[in-house]
Amino acid sequence: MRKLFFETLLQPPLTEQLPQPDETSLISLAIAIDSAARRRLGRSLSVRAVDAGSCNGCELELHALSNAFYDIERLGIRFVASPRHADVLFVTGPVTKNMREALERTYNATPNPKWVVSIGRCALDGGCFAGSYAVVGGVSEVVPVDLHIPGCPPAPIEILKGLLALLAHTNMEIRVTRTWLADED
Amino acid sequence: MPSLTDLILQGSPVERHRPWPCAVIDQAGWISTATALADGHWILLGLWGEANAVHMALLEESSSNIGIVRLEHIEGSYPSIAHYHPPALRLERAIRDLVGLEALGIPDQRPWLDHGRWGLRSPLGHRSDAQPESTVYEFLPTEGQGLHQIPVGPVHAGIIEPGHFRFTASGETVVRLEERLGYAHKGIEALLVGADLDRAVCIVGRTSGDSTVAYAFAFSRAVESALELEVPPRAIWLRALMAELERLANHLGDIGAICNDAAFALMHAHCGVLRERVLRAADTAFGHRMMRDKIIPGGVTTDLSDAAALILRALITEIRQRFMPLVELYDNTASLQDRTVATGVLKPALARQYGAGGYVGRASGRSFDARRILSYPPYDRLRFEVPVLSEGDVNARIWIRIREVEQSLSLVEQILEQLPNGPVRTAIPENHEPREGSALVEGFRGDILIWLRLTCDGSIDRCHLRDPSWFQWPLLEAVIEGNIVADFPLCNKSFNCSYSGHDL
Ligand code: SF4
Repeated sequence: MRKLFFETLLQPPLTEQLPQPDETSLISLAIAIDSAARRRLGRSLSVRAVDAGSCNGCELELHALSNAFYDIERLGIRFVASPRHADVLFVTGPVTKNMREALERTYNATPNPKWVVSIGRCALDGGCFAGSYAVVGGVSEVVPVDLHIPGCPPAPIEILKGLLALLAHTNMEIRVTRTWLADED
Repeated sequence: MPSLTDLILQGSPVERHRPWPCAVIDQAGWISTATALADGHWILLGLWGEANAVHMALLEESSSNIGIVRLEHIEGSYPSIAHYHPPALRLERAIRDLVGLEALGIPDQRPWLDHGRWGLRSPLGHRSDAQPESTVYEFLPTEGQGLHQIPVGPVHAGIIEPGHFRFTASGETVVRLEERLGYAHKGIEALLVGADLDRAVCIVGRTSGDSTVAYAFAFSRAVESALELEVPPRAIWLRALMAELERLANHLGDIGAICNDAAFALMHAHCGVLRERVLRAADTAFGHRMMRDKIIPGGVTTDLSDAAALILRALITEIRQRFMPLVELYDNTASLQDRTVATGVLKPALARQYGAGGYVGRASGRSFDARRILSYPPYDRLRFEVPVLSEGDVNARIWIRIREVEQSLSLVEQILEQLPNGPVRTAIPENHEPREGSALVEGFRGDILIWLRLTCDGSIDRCHLRDPSWFQWPLLEAVIEGNIVADFPLCNKSFNCSYSGHDL
């Protein structure tokens, strides 16, 4: 183990060797997310992932966000085990009827202020599962969605871009008011 | 005991069913099949229903023969197979939920996929709006002093699929685990009814995201069998190339993730890098990280350029180089082995009874691998070994994956070397008669069975998808017994069953 460990220490980090995946490079993306997260929250961002009946393709790419290439923890974004610790819910899948209640309960268990990001084509409107007796068809049918990240599944870099967009454009005030109103009725 | 061929010959043959023989049998034949399964003569490959029929796919291991038998003109009920042969239990519960046929004598009457939330019943049979009396699910009762229950899910702590686990524990030790699945049920088989082939392959490829290649591969082979369609050689080889890349990516991810569940993050980090490399190479070569929607009936949608082939070769070289030290690391880390050795032992007899496929079966002495047993092309022209171990613990399931990574690396190289030139796609001929086809393809997790019937206009009349997880999930319940609760994630990850593929 020691050998491997030392070898790794001598290697340059993978995160800096990335090809330019898109017009935005991963690095500038990372810096942007970092400062945006700090500005908005003054701290790190905690994400709770909820699989509302996906095919698990989207989950695989969420996992990839933690590998050495994307390493989102360095940006202060963490996946947390409980919705009670989360600022953001990542929801995947067409929302099956068998998962609807679990999604609602997870949402309700998440403290304010909170954001919901729907991930992947299914989460938008059910995708190729739309119209089935067994799916609700889209996360926004069940909980308010702040941002959708398209793709089937979206590549990790797309998810990072989405997070950036969320941080840059979400107006927390509006969001809080909306939740407050929703709580009233 | 008659051979499988005899059994089929006794029934009335189903015309236009390919590639395996299929026969309609009577109730007596059905019951004798059940007892033969119970006696271990055959392996249950699949069991599924239609409004008035049930189908059963069987494997005779001694001869590598596969056959399908069916009961027709069923009114309401049919004799339960699970009554004799427990591996059929969840399949029969699912048949009742989906098509409404009752298995007479079934040992467990509870629903399985139907949680009482669909707003209808028997979606694939004679649909009705009748609502279930209650949506409360009765878990198995537990009695005894000092037992406590731990409910987990459907929303889990990690980023994983939804499912519910009910542990009954005595102190730290698990006395019983009961799974409740169906949360990811999307109604896939009902969506397939009436779908044209384009739409169908798109849906089938989203049955279990990690096996998108294997599912599209199996579906396309089933369609091509039904239509007696020859696929261009280059397409055949490209399909296997994608299938092996998929296997590589998943196995690499799993090896790291299992070690991570034993709190050994270093393996996870390194394996994660290798997995990402495979996905990126796949993206460059085929235009999608998971190679989704690349295999279709008639061939493949993307050809491999020479430049991409070079990238794949470089990928193999790199993984070879980097994987070996990781295997050494695993082998030499006593603290890690302490968690994996003798944990979650699956006994070979149980693996055989359930016909467990993939690394779950092969780590417990069952050597079945569809690529080898059926030798579907191009595997008939490729050299590879099927690793088998008999310890059946988490450690063995890791080692099977390690050996399979090595085999897949070699397979990718061989494929790149022998890749024939030519077109990669052929047109689907017009169809004017109902036809049936089936296929069994080895995904990374195990063998995927697909059966389908095409209508006169070439669209799907009925299609059944059987994920390997159907025969692995129940074994996880058996394996965890007597282990400590903290070892569950480790055992679960070493099985890595599909929720979505199972729930459909
Ligand atoms: S968007 Fe695609 S990858 Fe994600 S869950 Fe749906 S089908 Fe799977």
